[in-house]
Amino acid sequence: MHKFANPTFFMKIANAIYPWAVGISVLCFVIGLPVALITSPPDYQQGDTVRIMYVHVPAAWMGSMVYAVMAASSAVYLIWRHTIAHIIARASAPIGAMFTALCLVTGMLWGEPMWGTWWVWDARLTSMLILFFLYLGYIALGDAFEDQERGDRAAALLALVGSVNLPIVHFSVEWWNTLHQSSILSMKGFSISVQMVVPLLLMVGAFQFYYIAVLVIRLRAELLAAKIRTARFNLAAAG
Amino acid sequence: MTRKRRRLYFVGLGLLGLFAATALILTAVEDNIVFFFSPSDLKARSVTADQRLRIGGLVEDGSVKKDGDTVRFVVTDNAEKLTVQYTGILPDLFREGQGIVAEGKMAPNGVFMASDVLAKHDENYMPPEVAEALKKAGHWQEGMGQERTGQNGQPPQATAQDTVQDTAKTPAPAAPN
Repeated sequence: MHKFANPTFFMKIANAIYPWAVGISVLCFVIGLPVALITSPPDYQQGDTVRIMYVHVPAAWMGSMVYAVMAASSAVYLIWRHTIAHIIARASAPIGAMFTALCLVTGMLWGEPMWGTWWVWDARLTSMLILFFLYLGYIALGDAFEDQERGDRAAALLALVGSVNLPIVHFSVEWWNTLHQSSILSMKGFSISVQMVVPLLLMVGAFQFYYIAVLVIRLRAELLAAKIRTARFNLAAAG
Repeated sequence: MTRKRRRLYFVGLGLLGLFAATALILTAVEDNIVFFFSPSDLKARSVTADQRLRIGGLVEDGSVKKDGDTVRFVVTDNAEKLTVQYTGILPDLFREGQGIVAEGKMAPNGVFMASDVLAKHDENYMPPEVAEALKKAGHWQEGMGQERTGQNGQPPQATAQDTVQDTAKTPAPAAPN
């Protein structure tokens, strides 16, 4: 298991996955978007507004999932000190923040026409906003230290502590009265019509593989940046 | 014990403590987290006239009475009822049988004077034809969609129980402070 911690070996796998991730993501977008936005049926009570779901729901799921990846990688980094794990977390943060922001914005655009308000402080909306702030805090904290390694550890710790918010985001609509409706996916399956499940899953696939593809690009950049730092350091030490 | 093993236990125990603490805090402040009270919750607690709060439930069938801009309707959680009065523009989704959340104050005569009314919908999205077919087949109750599409494609069926659970979840009544 720990051989994956070798950055060279890890990047060999990541680079092999990359073209597939790009391909699947583009394919899902190309098929999924027209189906979601044009050919899928409108909702019986929301009409065409329901189409916001095809962006909102995948973005929300990815916002939580990317954070889970970040928290798990941070735990691996804190316990086993594998640098690659920290780099995965660090590279994931802006992507997850973007998904969460997309979820919040599309949610507001959806809430105004349907609920009659852009925003309410119910448990689901508030915990999602906290998730967004956790991402921002993680990104800021990692670069807030003179000593890079101290920053890395502080950020990893924040990611771990923030993971307490994930079950709250997920279960908020079941534990408490909220304005937000329950999840469309539960143990009993999807609560939406089959004609809507298909484009939704295509969009989920598109977002998922988009994340993987962008993650690989960012991993390459992070590893290169680390190499440059080391080279500069050696140069300074030699000079 | 190696340092890695020690760190593993440290992280594990730390997270366990953190999750437990959060669970306790959330349970303690449940009253402040719920977005609205159902008519049953409201009955179980004492509310003063100047206290702003939100109530939620289903708009009872045949209870909506309009008088100019002012509208009166009954909100129900299928157990208790509450009359709501509101002046202003209602959301598009507002109709009899629909879930709503209203913010306002209790008047001394027991009528809830709302200053805001929001529509709450459930997570059952379906094409109009499907909704129509469900209505024809009698598997329909206003304000709710079909039951969840089964994983093995079972025909959708609706039960009254789902409506209550989806639209007005009732947390255990909190002890009065």
